[in-house]
Amino acid sequence: MNQTKKIYGGSLDWVTVFIWFTLCIIGWFNIRAAVFDPAHASLVSLSTNYGKQFIYIVTCLLVAGAIMIIDGKFYNYVSPILYGITLILLVVVLIVGRNVGGNQAWIPIGTFRLQPSEFAKLGSCLLLARYLSSHSNKTPNFKTLILGAQILLVPIVLILLQPDTGSALTFFALALVFYREGYLSGQFLAFSLICIILFILTLLFSQWYIIGVLAILCAIGAYLFKRSRKALPSAIILFVASSLFVLSVDFAYEHILQSHQRNRIDVILGKIDDPRGQGYNLNQSKIAIGSGQLFGKGYLQGTQTKYNFVPEQSTDFIFCTVGEEWGFVGSMFVVLLYLGLLLRITQIAERQRSAFARIYGYGVACIFFFHFFINIGMTVGIVPVIGIPLPFLSYGGSSLLSFTMLLFILLKFDANRKGVV
Amino acid sequence: MNSFFERKYIIQGIFIAAALLLALRLFYLQIVDDSYLLSANNNVLRKVVVYPARGVILDRTGKILVQNEPVYDLMVTPREVKPFDTLALCELIGIDKEGFDKRFQKAVGFSPYRASIFEKQLSSQTYARLQEMLYQFRGFYVQNRTVRSYPDSVAAQFLGYINEVTEKDIERSNNFYRPGDYIGVSGVERAYEELLRGQRGVQNLMVDAFNRPKGHFMDGKYDTLAVAGEGLVSSLDLEMQKLAEKFMKNKRGSVVAIEPSTGEILAFVSTPSYDPNMMVGRERGNNYMKLLNDPNKPMFIRPIQAQYPPGSVFKVVSALVSQQAGMIEEHTRYNCPGGYSYGGGRGFMRCTHVHGTIDLPAAIQGSCNTYFGHVYARMLDQRKMKAAQAYGLWREAIMKFGIAQDLGVDLPNEKKGLLPTANFYTKRYGNDKWGSGFNISNSIGQGEVEITTLQMANIMAIVANRGFYYRPHLIKSIGEKKIVKPEFIEKLPVGVEQRYFEPVIEGMSRVVKYNANIRIPGIEMCGKTGTAQNPHGKHHSVFFAFAPRVNPKIAIAVFVENVGYGATYAAPIASMMVEKYLKDTISMSKAVQDRVLKESNLIVPEPPKEPVKETITMVKKTKSAEDNVTYISHSQRAILERWD
Repeated sequence: MNQTKKIYGGSLDWVTVFIWFTLCIIGWFNIRAAVFDPAHASLVSLSTNYGKQFIYIVTCLLVAGAIMIIDGKFYNYVSPILYGITLILLVVVLIVGRNVGGNQAWIPIGTFRLQPSEFAKLGSCLLLARYLSSHSNKTPNFKTLILGAQILLVPIVLILLQPDTGSALTFFALALVFYREGYLSGQFLAFSLICIILFILTLLFSQWYIIGVLAILCAIGAYLFKRSRKALPSAIILFVASSLFVLSVDFAYEHILQSHQRNRIDVILGKIDDPRGQGYNLNQSKIAIGSGQLFGKGYLQGTQTKYNFVPEQSTDFIFCTVGEEWGFVGSMFVVLLYLGLLLRITQIAERQRSAFARIYGYGVACIFFFHFFINIGMTVGIVPVIGIPLPFLSYGGSSLLSFTMLLFILLKFDANRKGVV
Repeated sequence: MNSFFERKYIIQGIFIAAALLLALRLFYLQIVDDSYLLSANNNVLRKVVVYPARGVILDRTGKILVQNEPVYDLMVTPREVKPFDTLALCELIGIDKEGFDKRFQKAVGFSPYRASIFEKQLSSQTYARLQEMLYQFRGFYVQNRTVRSYPDSVAAQFLGYINEVTEKDIERSNNFYRPGDYIGVSGVERAYEELLRGQRGVQNLMVDAFNRPKGHFMDGKYDTLAVAGEGLVSSLDLEMQKLAEKFMKNKRGSVVAIEPSTGEILAFVSTPSYDPNMMVGRERGNNYMKLLNDPNKPMFIRPIQAQYPPGSVFKVVSALVSQQAGMIEEHTRYNCPGGYSYGGGRGFMRCTHVHGTIDLPAAIQGSCNTYFGHVYARMLDQRKMKAAQAYGLWREAIMKFGIAQDLGVDLPNEKKGLLPTANFYTKRYGNDKWGSGFNISNSIGQGEVEITTLQMANIMAIVANRGFYYRPHLIKSIGEKKIVKPEFIEKLPVGVEQRYFEPVIEGMSRVVKYNANIRIPGIEMCGKTGTAQNPHGKHHSVFFAFAPRVNPKIAIAVFVENVGYGATYAAPIASMMVEKYLKDTISMSKAVQDRVLKESNLIVPEPPKEPVKETITMVKKTKSAEDNVTYISHSQRAILERWD
């Protein structure tokens, strides 16, 4: 009896479930608003996106329930198989996939379409947790880091072949997992941050200016720490490394990035001012959100989204509907829900007794974080347009299901954390 | 729990920082920066002006003179235009690429953000085809409005026309009008512009990203309805107007018929005329230039703008004011030896006949110059005051008949005519020691006196009413409530007692009675012919009348330029009009009718501007009683066009 209670809710983290459910409902309402057509106002109709989303939400409830029933140990054991299946699906999609919007990312199954890259996140996350946890007693070493990274690298490459850059980038967020487990240092994070800043600066200004400024900064650094013997050599190494990075940025920018990716970055940086062409999506998205003001225009009153000014409004740009119809208040509510979810997940991860559950928990948090920040950041114009869904809000069965599974597997671990996973 | 536990805070810190970044950005977009709301509204809102239907104008019997026909203007907002198949659009509306570029540049020049007319007045067929394709042409939309249409193509000068507003019009109206609006430019369209134009409505439509209308903004809360312009009922009688225009075809001149008991104008003809439908539609611009450059000046509103020496009709007025002044009476007789000598025999104003000794009715009947020369002399020289002062009194009395002043007809640009002041002569002669001999031709309506056909018809209305008139007007009532302007029901007395009219009417009655050509069976018409000499060609033909003598129903003046004597055209036309109006038949002999209606063009090219006024002597020629041509001589002066 006691055991049953634990499984079916006693130790289930209801806060997380509540946030999850709230987000799903918000998503459903906003999808309805995004595609609302007064002529077909019925709430549930399979011909509409919100009708389908309703089915997906119900499905997710069932799947969540099923996850809670299955023994937590199962996921650990099955993770290599799951990972293998997702890899196979990623290969299959390259062969039989439907090409939508330039990405060969969907496998058609009947009237529905499966997006393997969404499930690849789950598979990779589980396997990574299993792999890293198996080494958790040892001091983190470079070899484990590389092998662990390889678990992610395979799906990244397969997804890039679609090519779905957005989904591929998601895997990089798992770097935070390596950080948490000690495989990457704080300096690495700082270094990454500096690289991103340098990258942006290089695109904005002439590279020679930047190298000049870097030289001055390094000289100042060397002077300030002149007591340390290592100061001068470090400064020189730092200078040379960053200068090389700066020089390579232009090359990478011009030759590795595709033109539409370059354009998206240029739009964000303000180098392209073309609200009717390259910047149309972003501009309309900002107009939608910005026009919501404090309290929004009211449910179903958003003209930007209702009248199709915003592209992909029920999937990647779903946040526009939130921003336009619910205003700053509604937008902040959603942002806070996500922040609450993320903090809650880290909390849950930290309270796990098993390393597997903890690492998995951080994996989930990282994936959610990346989607949350990149997606909303994209709609408000602080991140280049990257086509990834907003967890639980965006329309789409595959993403909703995979996000739900990610979350509820963690909740399952948490529910019987007192047992051995 | 392991040794890197504290890194949890770094990771949570990153999450919080990211959420904070988004929050700040949202705060900026949604709270700080207001421009996005504007952009969203610009995206979605289309202000569509709903043009009211201009007021319809009916004739006095309820038949349509002007109505409205729908047309469609293609509008463009340049900033909203996205690349599209220009060729397809060009084909649809029938223009070429060059024309497209020109129009587009013009639209950009007007405003990139505001809609302006790309192509005017598409037909409903073109519109139907265009409407299906319109979603392909972002930034374009169609606005419908109405244009004027004239089912009977009559009364062009009376009805006038409308035109797109000019910059000046917009300025003058305090921006009431907007570019592309129409405004009445002449005729009734202009005089009653404020009533006819109605009130514009605005629809705030919402459109989607493909520019397809999706409904009204806020359920039409900010929409305003267009209020149609007031309908007008004209005083014109469509049948009379059509008949008069038929008679006046191929002639230059004017016809004005007035209902004396109301001042309502029954017919208002100015020829050469034009089809008012020419001033509508896509060919309007070309037609307008054509009319403007036409040497026959079809846009000249002759009944109120062409000024002629009044001639005979002036004798009627002179007879009336002189009686009222007590200077003559019905039985006052003068001897007409064939002319009037004045200035101690130095001047001689010839008469058409040797009338012998005649009284006032006979003088009117015979149009005796001598008689009215004497009358004028009495009025000026024998009133125990200076001639200049007496002239002033005389002028004042004459002006009460509507001469040399605006009658206040409800049409713009009415001409006053002319009757010089005493000062004019004092200045001319250097002192005030002048008398009737100095401007004796005024006595018979020549000299400096000028009058319009409308004023002439109005004088007939005054005579018909025996002493008063109502302002002649063309609009009987306004709107559904049938409002009549107060100034049109104001009875205006001319300061001559009723009894003084009878001798004059008697004289006029005799004129018609003794002329078989214009007599109307069963109706006693009172009228007078006139013929004005034109030194540049054939004489002008004039006739004015009212009928019946008792309880008159119609007063009319007909003026035909350059066609010879009064009896040839003007009199038969007036007679037929009166008979048609009173008896709804025409009993005029077929021969005369055919002559009047004959197709040949009687329009003689207008003479070159104002010839020198230096001629002194004129020749006299006598024909029959109603074909009087007067020739007068006077020192230092000549007359360009005169009537007897």
